[in-house]
Amino acid sequence: MKSLIHHLYKAIILVMVVMLGACATTQQNERVSRIDPLEPMNRAVFTFNENLDQYLVKPAAEAYKFVMPDAVRRGVTNFFSNIGDIFVAANNLLQGKPKEATSDIGRFLVNSTIGILGFFDVATDVGLEKHKEDFGQTLGVWGLSDGPYVVLPLFGPSTIRDTVGLAVDLKTDFVMNTNQLNADEKIGVTALRVLDRRANLLDAGQLLEDAAFDKYSFLRDSYLQRRRNQIYDGDPPPLGD
Amino acid sequence: MRRQLLKTILFSSCVFLGMSSAFAQTPDTADGLVKFVVEDVMTTIKNDKAIQSGDLRKINALVDQKILPHSNFQKTTQLAMGRNWSKATPAQQALITQEFKSLLIRIYGGALAQVKDQKIQYKPSRAAADDTDVIVRTVVIGRGDPIQLDYRVEKTANGWKVYDINVLGAWLVESYRNQFNDQISKGGVEGLIQFLQQRNSALAAAK
Repeated sequence: MKSLIHHLYKAIILVMVVMLGACATTQQNERVSRIDPLEPMNRAVFTFNENLDQYLVKPAAEAYKFVMPDAVRRGVTNFFSNIGDIFVAANNLLQGKPKEATSDIGRFLVNSTIGILGFFDVATDVGLEKHKEDFGQTLGVWGLSDGPYVVLPLFGPSTIRDTVGLAVDLKTDFVMNTNQLNADEKIGVTALRVLDRRANLLDAGQLLEDAAFDKYSFLRDSYLQRRRNQIYDGDPPPLGD
Repeated sequence: MRRQLLKTILFSSCVFLGMSSAFAQTPDTADGLVKFVVEDVMTTIKNDKAIQSGDLRKINALVDQKILPHSNFQKTTQLAMGRNWSKATPAQQALITQEFKSLLIRIYGGALAQVKDQKIQYKPSRAAADDTDVIVRTVVIGRGDPIQLDYRVEKTANGWKVYDINVLGAWLVESYRNQFNDQISKGGVEGLIQFLQQRNSALAAAK
């Protein structure tokens, strides 16, 4: 699994380098050419992802949602979210936010015990708010700019900076690194995680279809805004446009 | 004739009374306005089974009565159009605003049916007392992750009006800027209008 991802990244970077030269000539307005110089390649990967989703991931997620009782699905979401809180805490520490990190650790302790291994999110009920942090955001807080927008195979919208962040996130990921699980089990857990995530997005997916005039650029512009918002923890300074 | 006059006077004084009570209710700060509208809308939905089950006609009526009087859709549309706004004639501007408004109500109206036991957390305001363009920050807390929901509100002669919303970190206007621009560079202002009309009728047919 790990070496697969490694190879995947090598391939992505290779393709990007090749395409970099090819796409300099396409028509774009000034703003778009600044944020998305790799647009032709990105659109190709986007189409690949869309097809993969349409024929494989989305139907599987729909089946999962149909079969699983809501309470169980909620439990699965909470379980992964709970493990994630350790990494959220680590990122909050790296971003110089010890108060938030302490709260994240508190969440993990409360949910792992009273919340029965994280299946119930009791911490939110007692007022410990869930934070969303990842290494891409940490790099952003450290002052790294986004770099060009990139659509990654399988993972979707990203930027050069967030791709580096994602690589670190995967490298330090609990499921990928634990020696409690063998390779097959890891694939199983990863599949469950993907299904859980996609099932939670099913409703939003239709909304996106209806709202966007062009899904690719709508998703891109929303993603870039959302990431900037996350880096500033919901309160970004206004953009000089 | 005199009767008619009496009726007119009676009617207009009723309207006037009604209006002044509406004015008395509507708060004079941006925070107050958002809170007023949000609470009003949520209470209405919680007491209305038809809206909860997704009755589009009732949702539209709710939007018309409770939300539209406090929003400025023309400004939303104008900002999303950016420089292209001035390329459109006033008639086209009105048409685009109308179509964009219908589209947004169609898309987000369904979300109103989801209102159940969510709590709204209002973040403290940092606006100065004399600010006329203010961001009001809120968080929707329900099942699952908290949802960031912010509003851009502008002071007008007719009170505070919402003209942009931010869902999970993305402002509506900003997300649509490129969408409008693309359509206009493809087919001009007329092309955009046609696109919006087609999208709206497709969505109407699907529901």
